[in-house]
Amino acid sequence: MDWNLIGIWVAAFLTLSIYSVLYRDNPFYRFAEHLFVGVSVGYGIVLSIYQGFIPFAWNPFFAAVTGESAIGFIKLIPICIGLLFFARLSPRHTWLIRYPIAILIGFGAGVAIPNVLRANIFEQTRGTIAPFAEIAAGTLSGWGIFEAVLMVVGVICTLTYFFFSVEHRGPVKWLSKVGIAFLMIGFGSAFGNTVMGRVALLIQRVDFLLNDWLNIIS
Amino acid sequence: MKRQVPLVLCFVFGIVMIFTQFSPHSFSQWTYQEVISWALIIGPFALVLATVTLIQTHTARIRRRTEHWQYSFVVFAGLIIMVLIGIFLKPQNPMFEWLYNNVQLPMDATMFSLLAFFIASAAYRAFRARTFEASLLLITALIVMMGNVPIGDLLSNDTASKARQWILDNPNLSARRGIILGVSLGVISQSIRIILGIERSYLGGGD
Repeated sequence: MDWNLIGIWVAAFLTLSIYSVLYRDNPFYRFAEHLFVGVSVGYGIVLSIYQGFIPFAWNPFFAAVTGESAIGFIKLIPICIGLLFFARLSPRHTWLIRYPIAILIGFGAGVAIPNVLRANIFEQTRGTIAPFAEIAAGTLSGWGIFEAVLMVVGVICTLTYFFFSVEHRGPVKWLSKVGIAFLMIGFGSAFGNTVMGRVALLIQRVDFLLNDWLNIIS
Repeated sequence: MKRQVPLVLCFVFGIVMIFTQFSPHSFSQWTYQEVISWALIIGPFALVLATVTLIQTHTARIRRRTEHWQYSFVVFAGLIIMVLIGIFLKPQNPMFEWLYNNVQLPMDATMFSLLAFFIASAAYRAFRARTFEASLLLITALIVMMGNVPIGDLLSNDTASKARQWILDNPNLSARRGIILGVSLGVISQSIRIILGIERSYLGGGD
């Protein structure tokens, strides 16, 4: 049995089933939609077990049980914390789910503060003002100076638009208006790139149907 | 016990994660790596709980015979087949890879490509150049799209891709930097509120 050929037919059937919704809702689309939910969740579970639980919890714990490394017993703590998620299934013990959630949220907040400071605030600010060092050294061309100034103006005006501690009147209003113009250019770029990304996926699916499935294009 | 202990846990884990990132000491670095692995261990339990909730929802649909209840069996079939093959035969098994390559991957790509049609339809209704800002958005989107396809360069003698790159590297980047700086300041202030227990909505209602 040629499993490769069967795979192509299955993929083509599912692709056409999903595209059939462009006409209207129908049983083929509903079948593919529900299958997609089930398969995606199943795939996620398998990956999280094999890439998260087994290497980080099961293997060290098993090594501790067999006497290879006693430090693996420490993995019992996150395992027990994780098991508290299932308290959600018992109405009397639902409150216990707050423990793992609080730990994950505290962990996320603690990791976020230094990383966001470093990567998003210091690095972005440095990137914005770095060309001015080249301007001071006299190594930047006229067009480069224009771009460096445009960058600083754009960042300041965009930030002014989101600054709600003062009323947007007078000069602040005009800075804010320029900020809106920059934001519109940013949103337009994001929109254009998103559309092209989706169209590329569409072309890839059509190419699969015409080339791999129907073999029309040689 | 029900509210205070989670607040203390949140504070301790938050503070520990901040300090370990600023300290180069080996114990500090070990603690940082260990707690990161804890988060990776706890995460899958949440996913299993979410799956249990999904199963409960679809079981209830079948029991109540709500509209299109028959399709809930399809969810179960996909879920059970994927989990059984993946767990017992391992993800590297050719059967699991076959299911991923011929069932999940095509549906994933097709679902996302559907958005091309919906975006086109939404853009047709929303992109009316009635104001200066809307015109700016429309023109930028058109330049970026034309700069992304070969026909754009063919018609404009390479100007489209150069204009697209300039827009992405200059006005677009400055707007993105403004947004990133604003969002980052918000993330930091919200994280401090969470760690200090001022923001406690994640605890939910009740006792």
